[in-house]
Amino acid sequence: MIANLGYGSLVITFLSSLYGVFAAIYGVRRKEPAWVDSARHAMLLTFPLLTITALSIIYLLVAGHYEVSYVASVTSESMPLFLKVTALWGGQAGSLVFWSWLMAAFASAVTLRKWERDREFLPWVIVVSLVTLAFFLLLNIFVENPFERLWLTPSGNVQPAMFQPSGATLFTPQDGQGLNPLLRHPGMIIHPPMLYLGFVSFIIPYAFAIAALITGRTDDRWIRITRRWTLVAWLFLSLGLILGGRWAYDVLGWGGYWGWDPVEIAAFMPWLTGTAFLHSVMTQEKRGILKHWNMVLIILTYDLVIFGTFLTRSGILSSVHAFAQSAIGPLFFSFIGLTFVASLALLMNRWNELKAENEMSSVFSREALFLLNNFLFIGILVVCFWGVIFPLVSEALGIVGQRIPALSHIFTGQKVTVGPPYYERATGPLFAGLLFLMGIAPLSAWRHSTFKTLGRAVWKPLAASIVVLAIILISGVHNWAALLGFWLSAFVALVTLYEFWRAALARHRQHGESLPEALWRLAGRNRRRYGGYVIHLGVVLMAIGIIGIEMFQTETQATLKQGESLSLGRYTITYDSLANFDYRDGRNVSRAVVSVTRDGKYVGQLFPRRDYYYESQQPMTIPGVRSTWEDDFYVLLVDWQPISTQSATFKVYHNPLVNWLWFGGIVFILGTLVAAWPDRDPEPAAVKATSRFKGAEASAR
Amino acid sequence: MKKKIGMSRKQIFPVTTGLLTLLVVLLLTALPATAQQPTPPPLISDDQVNAIAKEMYCPVCENVPLDVCPTQACAQWRELIREKLAAGWSEKQISDYFVEQYGARVLATPPATGFYWMIYLVPPAVILLGLFILYRALSAWKQPAPAMPGLTQRTGSTAPATDEYIQRVEEELKKQK
Repeated sequence: MIANLGYGSLVITFLSSLYGVFAAIYGVRRKEPAWVDSARHAMLLTFPLLTITALSIIYLLVAGHYEVSYVASVTSESMPLFLKVTALWGGQAGSLVFWSWLMAAFASAVTLRKWERDREFLPWVIVVSLVTLAFFLLLNIFVENPFERLWLTPSGNVQPAMFQPSGATLFTPQDGQGLNPLLRHPGMIIHPPMLYLGFVSFIIPYAFAIAALITGRTDDRWIRITRRWTLVAWLFLSLGLILGGRWAYDVLGWGGYWGWDPVEIAAFMPWLTGTAFLHSVMTQEKRGILKHWNMVLIILTYDLVIFGTFLTRSGILSSVHAFAQSAIGPLFFSFIGLTFVASLALLMNRWNELKAENEMSSVFSREALFLLNNFLFIGILVVCFWGVIFPLVSEALGIVGQRIPALSHIFTGQKVTVGPPYYERATGPLFAGLLFLMGIAPLSAWRHSTFKTLGRAVWKPLAASIVVLAIILISGVHNWAALLGFWLSAFVALVTLYEFWRAALARHRQHGESLPEALWRLAGRNRRRYGGYVIHLGVVLMAIGIIGIEMFQTETQATLKQGESLSLGRYTITYDSLANFDYRDGRNVSRAVVSVTRDGKYVGQLFPRRDYYYESQQPMTIPGVRSTWEDDFYVLLVDWQPISTQSATFKVYHNPLVNWLWFGGIVFILGTLVAAWPDRDPEPAAVKATSRFKGAEASAR
Repeated sequence: MKKKIGMSRKQIFPVTTGLLTLLVVLLLTALPATAQQPTPPPLISDDQVNAIAKEMYCPVCENVPLDVCPTQACAQWRELIREKLAAGWSEKQISDYFVEQYGARVLATPPATGFYWMIYLVPPAVILLGLFILYRALSAWKQPAPAMPGLTQRTGSTAPATDEYIQRVEEELKKQK
């Protein structure tokens, strides 16, 4: 009954979306605002309707309606309530509904804004949002239906179907299979919604960009309207990525936080283009250049969001066969292809109207450095995209080679793994380049900077950073890549702090404010700029953590009898005991107790454990970690003697500086919050921004 | 009792290679006589096994390095590495053996042969192309060029733009002249 309600609501939302698209276009063509208003109402209707659908799924999950195939696949009796609720996004069908639900919420929120002088955008924003929404709903209705029930056919098979097959009876399993144990972690509960919020909110700036292209209102109005949306989207996406890293560190049991897995990269790619876009739009706002490029970036971001949504859930890129067997793969790729080509066609159509208003006058100007920044981000994107699709390309061409003997010499490919060494080597220099730009770009001025003026601004922090480099060198770090990384981090940090200092000092002198007050007011006056600088500081802290763990991680592994010890660097663990017991949520826990000493001094006990989930027959390795600013000491229980527990195998990692990564992540998010915080009076902000910019330019000179 | 295992590979290798050579020599000379007796297994530490397993990927799970994969199958594969090491195989021989058995996908990156070269060549090629375009665009910006109406038209054939976005940038950059 509830399943039918949810499904019915889903179908009505789909129809309502299609109607909205039609009504908006019809209204524009016929110049009848009533139709556009009707489309707007259709848009607003999608959110409550999808709320009914989402609540229906949650009800089914919580009440344990295992006759519903989705419920049986992601929940079980023993799961706690909050996990049953979050199982809404624990599987493909549910997460697509969740995606659509968030999308409807955001699109409705946009529709409710005061449109007054932007009325011409409205119908097209509705069309873009609803076309996207309709596509996802289409997948839910026809391919990944979360309301399909299980039926026992007369031949004795159990098959999922929405409606009763002839002669079949409803089949209700005793219990469900339970949520994938990897997803039973607080990080995994917040991480997907954050990522999805990031994904769906990037659709709003895209919708405005397309509206601008269609209506021909190609000034930077669309950028100004969506500036905050873009920042909010970016905030959520960044938060999603950071939480994902933390989750991997805590749960996956390989001592790392980022494994260059296609799923991770899928979420990282829209972040790359989104970050490039955030920087690049400033160039258009201040200088009226790179207009085409901004359009390209937002179009890319949109299609990478769709690509990412599809990749994170489906695992479809794991093989050509998985791709060919599922209906969802071809549908997604057609949609991405169509929207990409259509968007580019619209862009071509307006190409001449998007002419630059100015010329770029210096290669050391901020706009030129932003262009370079964009180039590096796109470079990283190229590396990532090629790495993600290469296994599929290789396998597909291998199949071609098998079919066509003439080509078999060239196309010998089989399925391959493209792992971290490829990504690290290829993106390392590009990331270093970005750090360097992060150091010099804030000191350059729009338009006028020359080598001389930039040099004059840079030399003080540069000299200070070289002193820092010397100190690090003396302290015993001799790895050149690490030295370069630390030096760049010091440089950026010093430049950023120098910028804060200079501006606060100026205020202090001018207005007689105390330095902390000057700093506070400064950030309040130009939040995007100073929020951006805080973000840069966050990135530096994260970079320090990443250099620490990537370059200086050490590990060892050994099998110990009770009472025996294992040393790694300054740490030693002693195996005390191991307990094995069943836990009420359906797992068997093997929990070891080890004592840890550092330089011979006892510092505490750690409890690495291995959880085995009976339902899904999946083991989970949960580390025991001692965390300090200096390092993490990370102990994994790899194996043990099942009955006697006399001996057990431990793997131990020493992860220097890794907590700087997490702390940097927090600073990063705080900076984004500063930048994205709503202005009290959003309309005059544009005027103010210009005057602020003049001030900033003067100060940068 | 204390085991000190945090040795670097450099420290371990001379010892073990020496040990292994000795073992191989012993095995070869004493083969007929000792064929019946089990030979004592040489000491291959977990770290030696992991050093090789780290560079490989679990042949059954998606994207999980072999040294950390918690499945039973992977534990057996690690044991196999240990056996091969004990038998005196080199790292190269072991990885070749795994590739032969389970395909190129067990390697962390594709081997640099045949079509697989494309994974290493395409990104630098695209990035260098982009850099070239960027360089030309920036140097053109530096010296204000005289108005050349011909340049505002698409001249896509002059540079082999392999990438959609690079092509876009190029076209746009040309317009800036």
